[in-house]
Order: sequence, then structure tokens, then C-alpha cells
Amino acid sequence: MPLNKEQIAQRISQEVQDGYTVNLGIGIPTLVVNYIPPTKTVMFQSENGLLGMGPFPLEGTEDADLINAGKQTVTALKGASFFSSADSFAMIRGGHIDLTVLGAMEVDENGSIANWMVPGKMVKGMGGAMDLVAGAKNVIVAMQHVDKEGNSKLRTKCTLPLTGVKCIKKIVSDYGVIDVTENGFVLREYAPDLTAEAVVKATEGKMTIAPDCKPMTF
Amino acid sequence: MSTKVYANAKEALKGVADNMTYLVGGFGLCGIPENCIEALRDSGVKNITCVSNNAGVDDFGLGLLLKTRQIKKMMSSYVGENATFEKQFMSGELELEFCPQGTLAERLRAGGAGIPAFYTPTGVGTKIAEGKEVRQFDGRDFVLEKGITGDFAFVKAWKGDKFGNLVFRKTARNFNPMIATAGKITVAEVEELVEIGELEPDQVHTPGVYVQRIFKVTNQEKRIEQRTVRKG
Repeated sequence: MPLNKEQIAQRISQEVQDGYTVNLGIGIPTLVVNYIPPTKTVMFQSENGLLGMGPFPLEGTEDADLINAGKQTVTALKGASFFSSADSFAMIRGGHIDLTVLGAMEVDENGSIANWMVPGKMVKGMGGAMDLVAGAKNVIVAMQHVDKEGNSKLRTKCTLPLTGVKCIKKIVSDYGVIDVTENGFVLREYAPDLTAEAVVKATEGKMTIAPDCKPMTF
Repeated sequence: MSTKVYANAKEALKGVADNMTYLVGGFGLCGIPENCIEALRDSGVKNITCVSNNAGVDDFGLGLLLKTRQIKKMMSSYVGENATFEKQFMSGELELEFCPQGTLAERLRAGGAGIPAFYTPTGVGTKIAEGKEVRQFDGRDFVLEKGITGDFAFVKAWKGDKFGNLVFRKTARNFNPMIATAGKITVAEVEELVEIGELEPDQVHTPGVYVQRIFKVTNQEKRIEQRTVRKG
């Protein structure tokens, strides 16, 4: 069995270091916050203009003026700040955010990512994703390894319109933890119920198995 | 004596016309100038180019102007919450220019600050950079993006004084401060309109020089797009 969404989020949380400022995208990335241990001090940034984002509000205390980038009502923690969209993206583009976690439809062996448009089918837009992949010091992609038909989403070359070129260095999929290097994908860890060979077989892009490759632990 | 204070949105929108470019504040439905949008709809102006991060939902925010087909072109970063939008775009009725969110914010900031264009790393090598100048600085590629200004800018603030000084509330600030700087005529709708001197100068987010017209909202819904709560 591949990992479920919670397990992907849990594995990504291990990459979040004490003292980090982190931006989490919509979907699986949002779940990462649930697995940060209280021993780590982590500030979450929401690109609509909030640093120090807290959990959802208690029922009855929702505030229409306090939302996250997914337009959900949230809270602000002690030490939080509010700012304009220009300031928010100055933080992002200027390299002040330590880590961004976002979803993807495709990532290729050169580290390019596509996640904002399917020509003729889906026109939603990139929101802040292009700025985030261009600006964050470290980008981790949380994604499903294959689509519903079993086709690899880790491609030789992205087929969909790109969000960013050669900007992804790490992927946590439901199949494993993969680094993107000069030599293509390198499998570091695989889902406990799979084998390293099975992950390589399910991957279209060039993938090698790291010498110290091991099953994922949580 | 000159005054920036108007009675309501209808009065404050005097001069809006067909074929103009309007800049509209807000992120999702948060911090949108509800009263101005309704007054724009009621004015019946057509062939609007509208610059706003999102396009509202089907029955609220800029969705109201899509429904009446008053918008010819949208410039946004994300329009995924609006089915009317998708339908009109797919059928070719509506023009759309996608602009990455941070680039959009900076283009508005630049427009208001008298900067015609700037280089950004965002979007290099993607569709967004097609046809635009790319230049290398310190070994990295950057794309040239142009500043944006509008005939009118519509913003929503929490408090404003009669000189037009504005204070925003929480994440309702979002695009409003940059948009306020980038309109030939900037109209601010505020929840509380106070006398000059009542706002603490240190707390003003948008200095009144950017605001030409101001009015107190007559009614507002402040709709929540995604109500999410936790159990106590």
C-alpha cells in the first residue's frame, strides 16, 4: 500500500526544523501543521498577509477578516503580524521563508514543476505558487506518485504548463522520498509496504536508488 | 471647501464609464469593496477591464459583474472559485490575463509608485514570461513585468478619516494598500468614518494622499467563503 495523505504530511513534518518559517499550500501540505511537535518553534506564513497563523477558530469566533490562503477562517497566534500582499511576496521572493510545501500535478527529473493549469480543461490560475517556487529557500512537493490510470506523475519532462523551472529538490509522494539531483530522481526512502524497485518501476523519469535507501519511518 | 467625503457608493462612483480599467481590492471575498462593486453593477458600465486577485464567487463580489457581462477582461492570479467565470472564459466571451499573485501585487505597487517596470524571478521559463524581456543578474534569469495603474481604484478599509487616511483590519488588508496607490481616482469604502485627528498617525496604513473619495459603507455582508472551525 502507498502512503495515505496523513502519512505524506507526517513524513514532511520531519523536514521542518526548529525556528523555521514555513508556507504551506492547499491540500496535503495543510496537514503538515498537525505533525509539528511542540518542541519545535515554527511560524506559519499565509501569503494573503499573515505570519503566525494559528488553528481554525472555535465555533462562533470566526472572523470574516481573518482567513488563510485557502480562504478558510483561521486564527492568529501570539507574535503574529498582518501585512499587505506586496509585503507578503517580498518575504517570499526575497528568500525570507525557509520552507514552502506545495502540491503538484507533475514534477520532472530536472526539477521543473507543473501545478496550475490543464489546457482546455482547468483554468484556475497559479495564485502564489509561481512566486513561492521561485523564492523559497527550500521547496518540498507533496504529491501522488501516479494518476488514477497508474501513469507516473514524476516525468522525464513535464507535459503541462510549468509553474517553475528547475526549482524542486525534494518530493514526498505516497511512494517515497525522492531528491531531484543533477542526475535525475534519487530515491532516498520508500513506503514501508513497497520496495525500492517497485517505486523505480512506477516512475517515468530517470530514477536511481540511493546506496543508503531505506523504508520510511514515522 | 473641498471634501473627499461622499454620501454613498453611487455618489462616490461619479465619472465611471465604459471601457475603463478598474482596480479592485480584496483576496477571495475578504476585504473586497462590496458597496463599490454593487454600485458599479448598478451603473451599467460595460467593457470593463478589471484587475483583482480573484473574481469573486457566482453571486457575490466581482461575480456580480460577470453575471451581467460588464467585464470584458480580468487580470487575476486565481479564479477557481467562480463557475460563471470558467464558463464565460471557455466560451471566449471573457478575456483573461493570469498574473502570479506576488507579481500582481508588485505591479500594482510599482504602478502607484511611478515605477514603469521591474525584474522578478517569478515565472521565468513559464507561459507567463512568453514575449517578455528576460535579463540575467548575477547568473540568474529575471523577467520584466510592467506596473499597473487604473482609471479608478476601489478599496475597502476598516477605518478611515475625512482626509482619506486608512487603517485595514487583519487579513482584509491584502491587496488594498497597493491598489489604493494605483488609481487615478481612488475610492475607499470604510466601516468607520472618523474625524481628522482621530486616527493615530503611527497606525495609518495608507496615507490619505492616495485617496480621493471616501464613504461609510451603507450595508455590508462580509461573507465568509470557507467557514472552518475546530471543536472546543
